[in-house]
Amino acid sequence: MSENIRSKTYHGANRWQRFADWDERPLRLDKFAAEDPENGFAAFNGARDPRPGLVVEGGRIVSMDGTAAADFDVIDHFIAQHHLDLAQAETAMALPSEQIARMLVDVSVPRAELAKLAHGLTPAKLAEVVAQLSSIELAFAFSKMRTRKTPGNQAHVTNAKDDPLQLAADAAVAVAFGFDEIETTMRVARNAWSNALACAVGAAVGRWGTLFQCSSEEAEELQIGLAGFTSYAETVSVYGTERAFADGDDTPWSKGFLAAAYASRGIKMRCTSGAASELLMGFHESKSLLYLEARCLCLQRAMGAQGTQNGGIDGAPLAASLPGGVRELMAENLIAVWLDLECATGNDARHSESEIRVGAKILPFLIAGSDLVCSGMGSILKYDNSFNPSSFNGEEMEDFLVLQRDFEADGGLTSIDEAGALELRRRAIDALAAVFAELELGEPTALMKQSVAVASGSDDTDSYTPRDVALISDGIKARGITVLDVIKALARRGFRDEAQNLLNVVRLRVSGDYLQTAAVVRDGHVISAVNDPNDYGGPGTGYRLNEARRKELAAIRNVLTRGEVLRTEAAYAAAEGRRIAYKTLGPAAQGGPPDEIVIGISPAFGTKLYQTLAGHPLSAVLHALSEGIRAKGFVPRIVRMRHTADTSFLGLSAARLAGSGIGIGIQAKGTAVIHQAGRLPHHNLELFSNAPITTLAHYRAFGENAAAYARGEMPQPVVVPTRGVALGARYHAQVAFLYAIETSMTEDGAQPEDVEVTELEAAR
Amino acid sequence: MSQDDAERSLGIADYPLAEKQPNWVRTASGKSLDDLTLAAVEAGEVNLTDLRITPQALRDQAQIARAAGRPTLASNFERAAELVDVPQHVLLEIYELLRPGRARDKTALLAAAATLRSQYGASHMADFLEEAAEVYERRGLFSYRF
Repeated sequence: MSENIRSKTYHGANRWQRFADWDERPLRLDKFAAEDPENGFAAFNGARDPRPGLVVEGGRIVSMDGTAAADFDVIDHFIAQHHLDLAQAETAMALPSEQIARMLVDVSVPRAELAKLAHGLTPAKLAEVVAQLSSIELAFAFSKMRTRKTPGNQAHVTNAKDDPLQLAADAAVAVAFGFDEIETTMRVARNAWSNALACAVGAAVGRWGTLFQCSSEEAEELQIGLAGFTSYAETVSVYGTERAFADGDDTPWSKGFLAAAYASRGIKMRCTSGAASELLMGFHESKSLLYLEARCLCLQRAMGAQGTQNGGIDGAPLAASLPGGVRELMAENLIAVWLDLECATGNDARHSESEIRVGAKILPFLIAGSDLVCSGMGSILKYDNSFNPSSFNGEEMEDFLVLQRDFEADGGLTSIDEAGALELRRRAIDALAAVFAELELGEPTALMKQSVAVASGSDDTDSYTPRDVALISDGIKARGITVLDVIKALARRGFRDEAQNLLNVVRLRVSGDYLQTAAVVRDGHVISAVNDPNDYGGPGTGYRLNEARRKELAAIRNVLTRGEVLRTEAAYAAAEGRRIAYKTLGPAAQGGPPDEIVIGISPAFGTKLYQTLAGHPLSAVLHALSEGIRAKGFVPRIVRMRHTADTSFLGLSAARLAGSGIGIGIQAKGTAVIHQAGRLPHHNLELFSNAPITTLAHYRAFGENAAAYARGEMPQPVVVPTRGVALGARYHAQVAFLYAIETSMTEDGAQPEDVEVTELEAAR
Repeated sequence: MSQDDAERSLGIADYPLAEKQPNWVRTASGKSLDDLTLAAVEAGEVNLTDLRITPQALRDQAQIARAAGRPTLASNFERAAELVDVPQHVLLEIYELLRPGRARDKTALLAAAATLRSQYGASHMADFLEEAAEVYERRGLFSYRF
């Protein structure tokens, strides 16, 4: 009772304290909103969502989704004019939505057929179809409909100081993790050129092919692209209502113009749209998130964008505050890929403070695969993410790697080793420093470089300040430094591999191969929905891990092996040899004096295994048990069991041999039981099942209790307090190895043997 | 390649061009991909213009996109092909003009369309601007914003 401090404090409360516990959970930092369709708070069924419909007369659209052509707003007009294929529309629109929904999850209906059908479907129809699917059906349909077969991922590389040295180092690490694209942005707008140059250099370290973008003001972003530093753009945002669009200071034609402008400069481009942006901007027209997003996506296909960054994006937290909001994000992503757009599936702006909600949200995309699972995973720490914290950040990178391993699902990333990562960071920093020196942009000191190389985040660096960076950035811009100057500088300073890598990326522009849908570069080759199309058609088809990739996903850090367990035990062996000696005396006799309690030790106890899971030397454990027994006036006898390693049977066999009829069974890993002759094997008197948290004091008390039972008393059982630690997760891999060593030493019918134990030095 | 560019008929099998049809890939100055080496860059034989996409490459990619069932992507590449030789400042001026409220009425947009058509042969893009002018007028997007 005394352990439960809160129960004393709150005995007078008039509230069930579980609610107080729940109040403290990170989940309760999330704000949830009630459904209110009239005010735009509806994921699926908006107060004014139109019924799907299309009227065509004489080859002209008379009305679409209930709106007459004369009343079309800019979005309706653009979709009617540039998205709808009237040759498809008549038959497509005539199909019942339920039937199309079933086709989306039917493995026998090819993806290409559905993609073509979508050319004839209106936004309201697309929304009505996907709304019929449950979350699992949405995920499955997404897996079938996504455009490129091989999944990929995208990283954010930013930091709170816009420090170019750190950007270069972090870009190199992101490339090593396997990100297909990296995206940077700035804390200070004028630092764009410095950020772009630094990331471009960092991304050229190690291997080539990672595409790079610098998210900034449209005109400047295009100029940075022209200077050759960046290879893609995804800031071309579109909105689902006319007024939101105008408020975003664009129109479908201005964005469509940009789409062509980027392509004309050989730069890969995708649009951005996501649920709830119209709601955030105050122009929702009482329409559902899904319907507005269907409009956005039709618009993007109409503009001829190859792809989209879609799935809430900055609106994800608001969408997720609604009932069904996360399901809606999945639904809009499905529309995107159904419209044959590359989809960078959001999972960027963190939608929740709950790690459970974050993990749950990523899972469908991870197991379904996605062109880019995250449209920006923070490869840097949360506070360094200049976009906003992502669902996964530098902190959670290994969680993502383990999820890939758990589900044997390719999220596009691969583990990196510690020494290699540090080497890459130093190389990237040196490469950038060389470029700075060569182009007279700066001379970072050894201290600056060292601080960045080892820093987890910008809090730990002693490097460039934002003001220093502004001067560097202005210099790059004013002097018209281009990627060719950087390539030459790298080459002159001996960074020839990096120079070549950077040139390879810029050279991609000439052929324009990476402008096609869902193009990324793998192993020096452009793969896209054209030459690596998703051909899922049921089990055994579509993207499958090959054995080499499966092994890569499995190769996370600090994995236990049997050899390692044995090596660890061998290291303890010598120390135990100085503390205790076991001498086998021969077959154990049945029944001794009535004050005798037998401690039955397992086959590997002190012979192959030497300490418990809690880290206590077995000599100390034996000492504690024996002391406890003696303290109550009883005498311990040590017997080694050779026929079993099971705790219950160790204990019961010991009890049967003991003059008192009471025995203690103990395994080398520390699991112990008090047993009594005549009881059923699994009906013991007391059990220590949580060896990793069992102390020597507990073992001593256990010995005392065994003696108490022998006296016929009923002592207070020794309770090892557990506080909900996931002991299985922490120890079971080790337990399985250790126990296998025990069981391999057992022999059917082998007789227990008396053991003489000599304590060589103080074993405690 | 003896085949005339204009007569090329490309399909999915020709993709990626850089690997499948390297001889068709030429820079604006006529260099091949193999000419764009690090040594050439160091020797100052490669400039940024050599690293730009060409109208022909965009038209080739348009054909591939159409063959892959993506007609709207193909149209975008075709519009892009028309913009390759349009100077950056002209591009940015037209983009600005297309933003809501920048033009007071449709004449400015129509004038830009005419320039694109006459000076750059950008007929698809000119059509695109003319369409915008009509719709902006009908939807009142020429109204003053700031």
